[in-house]
Amino acid sequence: MVQHPKQLVVVGGGMVARRLVDALRSRDESRQWAVTVLGEEPRAPYDRVALTSYFTGRHPEDLALGSQDLWDDPLVTLRRGVRVDSIDRDARTVTTSGGAVLPYDALVLATGSYAAVPPVPGNDLRGAFVYRTIDDVADLRAHVERRRGEVDRPVRGAVVGGGLLGLEAAGALRALEVDTTVVEFAPRLMPLQVDDGGGEALRRLIEGLGVSVRTSTATSRVVGDRGTVSRMEFDGGDAVDVDVVVFAVGVRPRDELARACGLEVGERGGVVVDEACATADPAVWAIGEVACIDGRCLGLVAPGYTMAEVVADRLLGGAGTFPGADLSTKLKLLGVDVASFGDAFAQEPGGLEVVISDPVAGVYKKLVMSDDARTLRGGILVGDAGAYAALRPMVGRALGGDPAAYLLPEGAGPAPAGDLPEDATVCSCNNVTAGAVRCAVTEGGCTDLTGVKACTKAGTSCGSCLPLVKKLVTTELERSGVEVGNALCEHFDLSRAQLFDVVRVQGLTTFTEIIGRHGRGRGCDICKPVVGSILASLGTGHILDGERAALQDTNDHVMANLQKDGSYSVVPRIPGGEITPEGLIVIGEVAKEFGLYTKITGGQRIDLFGARIEQLPRIWKRLVDNGFESGHAYGKSLRTVKSCVGSTWCRYGVQDSVGLAIALELRYRGLRSPHKLKLGVSGCARECAEARGKDVGVIATDNGWNLYVGGNGGFTPRHAQLLAEDLDTETLVRTIDRFLLFYVRTADRLQRTAAWVEDHEGGLDAIRAVVVDDSLGIAADLDAAMAAHVDDYEDEWAAVLADPEKLRRFGSFVNAPDLADDSFAYVAERGQPRPATPDERAGGVLVAGTTLEVRR
Amino acid sequence: MTVDVTEPRAGSAPTTWVAVCRLDDLAPERGAAAIVAGVQVALFRTIDDTVYAVQQLDPYSGAHVMSRGIVGSRGDAPTVASPMYKQVFDLRSGECLDPVGREPTTLDSWATVVRDGVVHVARPEAEVSP
Repeated sequence: MVQHPKQLVVVGGGMVARRLVDALRSRDESRQWAVTVLGEEPRAPYDRVALTSYFTGRHPEDLALGSQDLWDDPLVTLRRGVRVDSIDRDARTVTTSGGAVLPYDALVLATGSYAAVPPVPGNDLRGAFVYRTIDDVADLRAHVERRRGEVDRPVRGAVVGGGLLGLEAAGALRALEVDTTVVEFAPRLMPLQVDDGGGEALRRLIEGLGVSVRTSTATSRVVGDRGTVSRMEFDGGDAVDVDVVVFAVGVRPRDELARACGLEVGERGGVVVDEACATADPAVWAIGEVACIDGRCLGLVAPGYTMAEVVADRLLGGAGTFPGADLSTKLKLLGVDVASFGDAFAQEPGGLEVVISDPVAGVYKKLVMSDDARTLRGGILVGDAGAYAALRPMVGRALGGDPAAYLLPEGAGPAPAGDLPEDATVCSCNNVTAGAVRCAVTEGGCTDLTGVKACTKAGTSCGSCLPLVKKLVTTELERSGVEVGNALCEHFDLSRAQLFDVVRVQGLTTFTEIIGRHGRGRGCDICKPVVGSILASLGTGHILDGERAALQDTNDHVMANLQKDGSYSVVPRIPGGEITPEGLIVIGEVAKEFGLYTKITGGQRIDLFGARIEQLPRIWKRLVDNGFESGHAYGKSLRTVKSCVGSTWCRYGVQDSVGLAIALELRYRGLRSPHKLKLGVSGCARECAEARGKDVGVIATDNGWNLYVGGNGGFTPRHAQLLAEDLDTETLVRTIDRFLLFYVRTADRLQRTAAWVEDHEGGLDAIRAVVVDDSLGIAADLDAAMAAHVDDYEDEWAAVLADPEKLRRFGSFVNAPDLADDSFAYVAERGQPRPATPDERAGGVLVAGTTLEVRR
Repeated sequence: MTVDVTEPRAGSAPTTWVAVCRLDDLAPERGAAAIVAGVQVALFRTIDDTVYAVQQLDPYSGAHVMSRGIVGSRGDAPTVASPMYKQVFDLRSGECLDPVGREPTTLDSWATVVRDGVVHVARPEAEVSP
């Protein structure tokens, strides 16, 4: 008998709604519930917390939460752009704005909030915005860009509200290069999170960034000029001229549906629920910002997530309850760290406050302790919130030692992760305890941070707890005897990046020297190729020179790609994928002569398979004599620069993508790196070259080139992120030069650019600071290193063909260099040879060995 | 591989040495394939000019590629890592030190001696089992 699932309807398509569906689907093993999510916004739930990053070049899709798989689940229906007009609790149906009537067995209200607009005259003028949705910020950006084109001076803006959201909005305006003023009614910034001292530190830091701050100020009206915002006036008479106003004074729960169907709402709004998030109607629940729990609505995502988990549990027959909200916050606003946790205002009687205030360094830190100075009750950190991850889980627990030690500058204080109690919450967004993190290592078999994140969800929302999670994971791994750390292998204690630095700075050129000074033993298949790659990146000569040859794995050693049967494949370089008919004929003739299987690669070139080791020099002689060179398909190095046909032929192309791709490929060919590098160039925004799937992707604009970095396909596909916009070709090339060399110097072994960007302290912004703004002062050095690379390039294969000593490595047997290995066996398939399977070998259906080739 | 020298050894069958190549034909810290009495053998010359001989057949991939692996050390053991799936073997005994999640398999190995700059390998008794 097929059992029909019960119908759950979720009204609202935000972060908390997604979490509910995720929690329910991952636990509902007997498939009791089918879920329909009705969202007003025209897109799937996205990371509203990260909204401001929309201004730093990220695309709306980068704000996606989790994977698309959830929405592909047959038991889940997501309907976007759908508003619910009414709820009929007797019939248990909801009616949408389109007139559809959906029955429900359970209804969850996750309608969230709307941004409040203060009732000042002029609040509806063109140029007045709120800050809540992707559409809000997109409209704001469009307005600012339009005004920039109309006025002859910097665009001026004001944000009404100096709380969390207001400072977010101010950050967004700054990112748009708007002269910004923050107007706050209370006497300090972030009045709900920090005290006067913290507020003052915050004000100084924010003013230092060029944002004006007016506290204790009430806005009386917004004045328009021909319908567009032009001035703001304050109580007391003064005014500022502005082109744009953002209202960020708070949010109000979207409880209108609940009111209309007779559900109880709180004094200040919000659907009243009990500790199970249930309303008085047993079929109706409310979660997230719209829920009024314990008499108040909570405007943070973490308690919303907890409510989602509670309801998922209840729908499956559990008895979960909402444990009370942790209102701790840690944010980076305008680049300034602000954190507040526990009893930050020392409201509980008998608290002691330990304060460190350093106006010079722009730091304010306060811990609230119990009256015996032993138990941590809460705290405020402004300017440096490094201690947040370690401190927040300790709220309500004995801190151990001098509390002031925790407030010392980062690095000086202790980071007490080891003794965190099992039930201490480490990740408050996802409610993950220290015990759960440890358990993921000891019983879940996770061996690194990435595994623990996937397994527990810790650190996957705001990420502020990641340092602590990492420390817990490391401690637990060490405890269970797993070696942790960035040591390369048993021969080197250094990481690849450290090794790169010492080799570069000390000018070392041989493995014996390097392992003698910085390692032990004779190396292995981990460290030898790393050293080989470092020496090659530093341009110290041919990869097969002298002792260096012994460092290379077989691909680099014979400069071809080892295949499963012990034969090799050969890939000549075809820059930008552009090839003449003559070139195609040469490759075809070589393939025919040597009986090679041919296939077009994903990187727009041609791979020739089935070459025996002793055939490689003869194959390459033919290729080099006809103008081809190594394609480095075998190396951890630049592979290809893929391109679309571009403006030369394409009706839509706006730039010459093929020309640029060829120039880039010839510039970076032979550059050895921690992992393979792929580039792409598209001639217009249609992106036919799939450049955003590359380590470096370039997309033509009407004004130049947009540069994206950190994309890849493979096991974990990533889209590249925007590094810089509208660059001219010279600036573009210089920026790519620096990006690539900074990566080559500092990435881990086999770490592709996407993971490198993610792991890099400060992320893409920090990398942009280095390669665009030269924040480390190394740009000239990187430029010089790339110039040297370009000057010193030689074709590795041509060099080998000219050197009899190197050619000796290609003998099949040391005592019979020309004897063909007779262990190869091929069968014909679709007119080409392929390796025989073990069954074909054993079953005698074998067609050919290498001496009796298919078409040789 | 033309010179066969047979010499008696106490308590065991006499070893037949097959001269294979000159020591100088082998690069230090690298392997080379050789045919010894019809069997494919992987020879490795380590930094102290010791020569080791193990089977050329990689038992995990079925390809004759062991000589193309990277030579190194694990503790005191001289090692080679298969170029195909990176299993690590002790060059002295053929013992598998890191099976990379597979069942450990020991490589056939043969005694070697370098005399007057010429590498000799103990003549394989029979074909190497695949």
